[in-house]
Amino acid sequence: MAHHDHRTPRGKRYWLDRKRNVAKVFYALIAIDVLWLAADFFYKKKAEFEGLGGWADGGIGFYPVYGFVGAFLLVLAAKQMRRVLMRPEDYYDREERSGSS
Amino acid sequence: MLEFLLSPPLLLMLGSVALAAAPRSVLPRSVLRALLLALPAWSLWRFWGLDLGNHLQFDLFGQTLTLMRIDGLSRIFVVIFHLAALIGSIYSFYVKDNFQPLVGLFYAGSALGVVLAGDLWTLFLFWEVAAVSSALLVWVRRDGRALAAGLRYLGMQMVSGVLLLAGIVLLRHELGAAPGWAEFRNFTGLLEDGGLGFSNLAPTLILLAFGLKAAFPLLHSWLIDAYPESTPAGAVFLSAFTTKFAIYALARAFPGQSELIWIGGLMTAFPIFFAVIENDLRRVLAYSMTNQLGFMVVGIGIGTELAINGAVAHAFADILFKGLLFMAMGAVLYRVGHVNGSDLGGLYKSMPITTGLCIVGAASISAFPLFSAFATKSLIMSAAAHEHYFWLWLVLLFASAGVFHHAGIKIPFFAFFHHDSGIRCKEAPRSMLVAMVLAAAASMTIGLFPQWFYGLLPYPVDYQVYTPTHVITQSQLLFFSALAFATLMRTGLYPPELRSVNLDADWFYRRVGFRIQDGLATAFVALHRAGYALTGRLAATALALAQRHLGPQGLLGRSWLTASMALWVAVLLAAYLLVFYWRLG
Repeated sequence: MAHHDHRTPRGKRYWLDRKRNVAKVFYALIAIDVLWLAADFFYKKKAEFEGLGGWADGGIGFYPVYGFVGAFLLVLAAKQMRRVLMRPEDYYDREERSGSS
Repeated sequence: MLEFLLSPPLLLMLGSVALAAAPRSVLPRSVLRALLLALPAWSLWRFWGLDLGNHLQFDLFGQTLTLMRIDGLSRIFVVIFHLAALIGSIYSFYVKDNFQPLVGLFYAGSALGVVLAGDLWTLFLFWEVAAVSSALLVWVRRDGRALAAGLRYLGMQMVSGVLLLAGIVLLRHELGAAPGWAEFRNFTGLLEDGGLGFSNLAPTLILLAFGLKAAFPLLHSWLIDAYPESTPAGAVFLSAFTTKFAIYALARAFPGQSELIWIGGLMTAFPIFFAVIENDLRRVLAYSMTNQLGFMVVGIGIGTELAINGAVAHAFADILFKGLLFMAMGAVLYRVGHVNGSDLGGLYKSMPITTGLCIVGAASISAFPLFSAFATKSLIMSAAAHEHYFWLWLVLLFASAGVFHHAGIKIPFFAFFHHDSGIRCKEAPRSMLVAMVLAAAASMTIGLFPQWFYGLLPYPVDYQVYTPTHVITQSQLLFFSALAFATLMRTGLYPPELRSVNLDADWFYRRVGFRIQDGLATAFVALHRAGYALTGRLAATALALAQRHLGPQGLLGRSWLTASMALWVAVLLAAYLLVFYWRLG
């Protein structure tokens, strides 16, 4: 299993080794996202489509919502695919070895 | 004659063979390596001086073959293939053995042959040479897994070759001459308003042959299967050529082929799901390669000048940033011994330069503004929008968010950050770092100076990529995709990296095909045994019969008394006499 020891063997502690700093990165990302979302109110978008009742792609917040929801659902769907597709690491090796012997 | 030998394909192929054949006493390693770099550099310099048009035509078996046909489309591929050969060679100097760059250079030469071929026969020739030489690059890892993967790889490449050959022979039958590209385009143009409709077998076979190497859905698994089994340097060479000359061939032969739009759309979307749950990080890159190829196939399918430019530009950029990512993961493989996401993490402490360069590659493939794919993929997205493919555009947008997710974040995050795996190793060797810096610099140049890069493209470009709309919408898409990743990680919803393999299309030939082959072999053995047993029994019966009648105690074989023989002779003579009298009487 993965090591949860945040102290490196050489004893040097890095900035990212502190949980608090990882949280800082996360909050910084949220702040950046808020700024990007706010940008929608301050410029004139050159929309290519009038789809989804004019929201895609000219509407406020279309790209943020699409990016967030798309990526979120992508991961959840892929996670479910594991039930069907995942096999042990030596799945093919076992078969091919036992077959050839 | 000299002109032929100094053409880029033959120069690289014959040059690498000559270098490989030269004994070490004549050619010390340092000189050999200098020549390995000088060869593609000189070849590119020579090529740059040539005019557009057909060069080096010759007659063979009554066919006029064209070794070099230079136009805007082939020229840009020739440039990037030379760059890829150079960067790959530098990268591969981390091992003393020069076998990899020599084979890589030969393979690069065959790829140049494909993109310069002026007719389909010449194309086929180099197509096959590339298949065999690239299989060598899978095998250079020299272990059992790589051997098996290389064999499967070569098998699939040969299927592509056979399809291509069958298509060319049929086409030759219908056209009555060595099919050049112009004839081919005219021919397909005659069929149902440019669309194949799969009504004619020859172009369909050729499309499938190209499609197999371009990793069309269900024909893609050779790529996922074989590339990650190669060595660090082998995978870098492999990632550059085969799929990209397939894209060239599609752009040459099937621009505007409407079927390609949906095939490409599918290619952009499905691999990202696999990439999310894949543990081997080089295999993640192979999936993301299929995804990027999908964008190019879509561009070719749309077929407008903007779209073709986009497809070609994206192929160019992909060779650089995908090469860079393969190089970074190769460095990890070299230092750590594996690239399993489940067992890595925290490597930024040991390999800070590799980490930084990997992040440049990740930002490039994710199409962040200022990075290369932003300048190239936007052409394809805009082409889709201009032609009003709304649903396709939504799929491409989803795939763009997805590629950032698995290639942009997952690769650097699980290898270099995440929680500390405790692995401490040295920074990547110098040759690897130099090659990665070169690839990163070339990639950044495209992103920073797109108008200059657009000048290389086959069609004139009137396109502004750095508009407020482009920059803001793309940044929103990517940063919110990053937010989704961070949220999933912090809530623990993100699927952990697990040591596993995931079933893909290669299951059909690795498992089902294996079972069928196994079943056939068992049936054959059973049949053989039954036949052997039956023959044995028949032979034994015949032998026993012969023994009974001809053996020492057999009726016909045993020795008789002379007296009894005399008696039987007498009986015979008496019978003869009786018959004689009876016949006379």
